[in-house]
Amino acid sequence: MSRKFLSGNEAFAEGIRLARPQVISAYPITPQTIVVERLSEMVEDGSLKAEYVHVESEHSALSCAIGASAAGARAFTATSSQGLLYMAECLYYAAGGRFPIVMMNADRSTALPWNIYGDQRDSLSQLDSGWIQAYAENAQEALDLALMSYRIAEDSRVQTPYMANLDGFVLTHTYETVDIPTHDQADRFLPPYETDNRIDLQNPKNMAFSAGPDTNYIFKYKAHKGILAAADVIKETEKEFESIFGRHYTGLTENYLTDDADYIIVTLGSIAGLCRETADKLRDKGIKAGVVRIRYMRPFPNDEISSVLKNVRAYAVLEKDISFGNEGTVFTNVNSALKKAGIEVKGYNYIGGLGGRNISAEDIEEIYTDIANGTDAVNFIGIGGEDNGK
Amino acid sequence: MKEILWLGRGGQGAFTAAKLLGASYTIDEENKYGLAFPSFGPERRGAPVRAFTKLDTKPVVDRSQTEKADYIVIIDDTLYSPQLQSLLKPTGQIIVNSKNKIDGVITFDADKTAAEFKLPTANTIMLGLLVGISGVVTTENAVEAIKGYMPAKIQERNISALLKAVQEVAK
Repeated sequence: MSRKFLSGNEAFAEGIRLARPQVISAYPITPQTIVVERLSEMVEDGSLKAEYVHVESEHSALSCAIGASAAGARAFTATSSQGLLYMAECLYYAAGGRFPIVMMNADRSTALPWNIYGDQRDSLSQLDSGWIQAYAENAQEALDLALMSYRIAEDSRVQTPYMANLDGFVLTHTYETVDIPTHDQADRFLPPYETDNRIDLQNPKNMAFSAGPDTNYIFKYKAHKGILAAADVIKETEKEFESIFGRHYTGLTENYLTDDADYIIVTLGSIAGLCRETADKLRDKGIKAGVVRIRYMRPFPNDEISSVLKNVRAYAVLEKDISFGNEGTVFTNVNSALKKAGIEVKGYNYIGGLGGRNISAEDIEEIYTDIANGTDAVNFIGIGGEDNGK
Repeated sequence: MKEILWLGRGGQGAFTAAKLLGASYTIDEENKYGLAFPSFGPERRGAPVRAFTKLDTKPVVDRSQTEKADYIVIIDDTLYSPQLQSLLKPTGQIIVNSKNKIDGVITFDADKTAAEFKLPTANTIMLGLLVGISGVVTTENAVEAIKGYMPAKIQERNISALLKAVQEVAK
């Protein structure tokens, strides 16, 4: 184990190096560029033995990874924002073909107005594509997700591609201390990829085929079951990860001061740290505040969320997304978890951080105060809710 | 938490200095945490650049830009303005690379030292001044950070320049 001062992108690249992918295909886009630059340097200096394929677009980057995976290789790619949207067609091919590719997405705003800064509208728009979706909070978790991602994606019960999301700039470009495991440790944790789901001249089979109305739904059902199975596999993987690397992770969500909380903010990504710090401050003033950080949007933590929110007076979902004409998508998902569990609690949605706009500690404190007093269902931080945001 | 704001122009290494400081602080102690980041966005040589270092004995979770700094370190004196005083904490100090005296700030001709060590920029000298004035990190750890994070062929000159700057403060 060595300690280094790295950015989120660099930490993720270190995690991928330890995972020994055999094929890396990539097209650069801000703020993802550094991760693929570092990987290309590692291939160049021989510290990572992989085929590094320069492609002409994001659509080709993921197509190439699909081809590599279909040949039985461990494949990696990375993208962001418009790049993710450009490869959207291929996301569905990768998931439907059950190719356990890992992709890092640097969460960034979507055009127009054009903007390179961070929000989560790119990845959240692809929740239905059939990929596992994880959201890191800091550079250490980014590295650890890179290493865990292949174990989870390649598990025979799962066989589903994995998208690891890092908030653009505030995580991808921010430097912090990261512990880097050794190759020996990583190899003990992650064996080489073996699969029957590959082109094999000794054992020819039909792959990536058509399926008509009589059978198509069965494949979709199986894809659904595969991604649901990831929930248990994630927990098993984290347990083994802890036994080798000593770092503890908490499955699909991470709770903070939730046991006796009256008011909870549910959020995801790197803003969660500031939410926890604000909850601490409010606790000092006697307000029972708590935080739930969603670590995985797919599979969605229905049970984890409903069991924590069932006793609160009110909750807020803070997210860097808006599904125009309705509300933030995370809010929709959280509300559905409560509805399915038969829980009636007042919930509010806070849309913030769009196009990289700062979310301050004061903004977060205001959310806790607002939901205690009642407010509009959907609120834009810095603008207002349905009544004053017109 | 200690917060340091760095000002420079693209190419002067303000962000490198911010990173080196963060690396110095966290280099061996388990309970020391730091963040370093630039003002995000497109990068252009010569354009004003801000960089931030946050240091604490618990994990730093506020990833937003510093609004009140303990130190503001300015590598290019054309970027100094009296309004910067409003970004300081009450006990805060501003350190400027300048040949001239400026009211209310510490000045030092770091370009002269840079020329002495054949360095194209004064960032590690400004880091040395900060280390000497603030003591936020030890000189040894600052040297270690240069060894760990700068290309081998420029390490020695930068270390010598940093040590000279630390000595200047002690005078």
